[in-house]
Amino acid sequence: MVSGQVVENVAVKLLQLAVTELPQDVKDALKRAHHEEETQVGKSQLEAILKNVELAEKTRAPMCQDTGVVIFYVKAGSQVEGLDKVETALRNATAKATQEIPLRPNAVDPFTQKNTGDNTGRHVPYIHWEMVPGDTLEITVLPKGGGSENVSALGMLSPSQGIDGLKKFVVDTVINAGAKPCPPTVLGVAVGGGADIAMKLAKEALLKPLNQPNPNPELAKLEQELREAANSTGIGPMGLGGKTTVLDVKVDYAHRHPASYPVAVVVQCWAARRASARIHSDGKVEYLTHKVA
Amino acid sequence: MTIYKLNTPVSEEEVRKLGVNDTVYLTGTIVTARDAAHRRALEFHKEGKQLPITLDGLAVFHCGPLVKKEDDGWKVVAAGPTTSSRMDLFEDEFIKNFKVRIVVGKGGMGKKTVDAMKRYGAVYGAFTGGAAVLAAKAIKRVKAVEWSDLGMPEAMWILEVEDFGPLTVAIDAHGNNLFETIQTKVDNEKPAIYRKLGLK
Repeated sequence: MVSGQVVENVAVKLLQLAVTELPQDVKDALKRAHHEEETQVGKSQLEAILKNVELAEKTRAPMCQDTGVVIFYVKAGSQVEGLDKVETALRNATAKATQEIPLRPNAVDPFTQKNTGDNTGRHVPYIHWEMVPGDTLEITVLPKGGGSENVSALGMLSPSQGIDGLKKFVVDTVINAGAKPCPPTVLGVAVGGGADIAMKLAKEALLKPLNQPNPNPELAKLEQELREAANSTGIGPMGLGGKTTVLDVKVDYAHRHPASYPVAVVVQCWAARRASARIHSDGKVEYLTHKVA
Repeated sequence: MTIYKLNTPVSEEEVRKLGVNDTVYLTGTIVTARDAAHRRALEFHKEGKQLPITLDGLAVFHCGPLVKKEDDGWKVVAAGPTTSSRMDLFEDEFIKNFKVRIVVGKGGMGKKTVDAMKRYGAVYGAFTGGAAVLAAKAIKRVKAVEWSDLGMPEAMWILEVEDFGPLTVAIDAHGNNLFETIQTKVDNEKPAIYRKLGLK
């Protein structure tokens, strides 16, 4: 039986970890970019980013004032009892974390423009459910910033454009985005499914660690090709020019309708925040993305 | 590339000395304003109403800060810049009417703003996007918060800063625009990138 209180506590902790401390693979990618950068302005931007990341971790302050819209991914073991309590626990955790950490209130009614003040609202936080075998509950939080979300794009390409169309769409999205998404970014790319499925897979691709190549060799090759193409634009850190425009590209796919070729690109800023934990049946909590003392 | 340490209020003469790629550290008063505060300030001006603070010579910071209420007042926890292009709608009028000399944000601004900066004497300083704790560290005190009915991110926060930066001068008061220079380079690079990907 999973306890609502445990889920709430873990989710608050995950939010705190996510917004104050980048996973090691993201930190490593930023350090590598700093090391490789050749332009003075580009290097100074990455230096400010690294200094900021270090300060945030040390002072336990959110690394960016835009602490994002909160999205949860829940992998629920089919043998876990009490799953009906999870949604309430995650909503409570979001409101509590907003007060305690604090997070910036980022849930606005699109009609009245009223901010709810606690990051909860209709479909916010959004919870993606996946039913898996077993008796553990895995929770991932993805706080997603607005600046990078605003340049994310969906292309309903024609199947005859195919993979070439995908490549062009990704490069054009990066170029159109320019400085806006706080590069160096991470790109989640997905093809197929349908409009909604492509976008969902593209966003979920942002949860993959940056230091692990795609296990599918074809996709790994495509990721590398897209990464190199994006980095040869010269947009650079913060769009002020330089070598690293993207830290990484992550590709996923679904089978498609014969008439459709949806391509989704979800852009994530350099503050590629995420945190995961697994709650075991005995109540033991295992943090998967961060070291917790 | 020169490093400047400036105190607010900054004179027109001082900002006209700055060129793109220079670095600026600011000390004094800066005021946050996003879309809603820009809109309201211009409405006030139109109706002949006084703003809560005189902006002459000050810096306007495109930022929705994350603040915490403490016993002795507000504390800024994180305060990185937001995307400036959203303020292109208002910024030329804002510079013209209120004589702000430095606009701080991220991502750069459009031609209308660049022209106003040249005409009235102002620069755009790019602060590293997301470097919110670095920014907060340079904010010594919240002097006041105005228009808090707009919500925490959109309110006008009047802040006392010390060595706030580094700000990369990306648009100067002579019509130079670093973002545009980069964009032109990127556009020129595009055919080669397509070719390398085997695209027509």
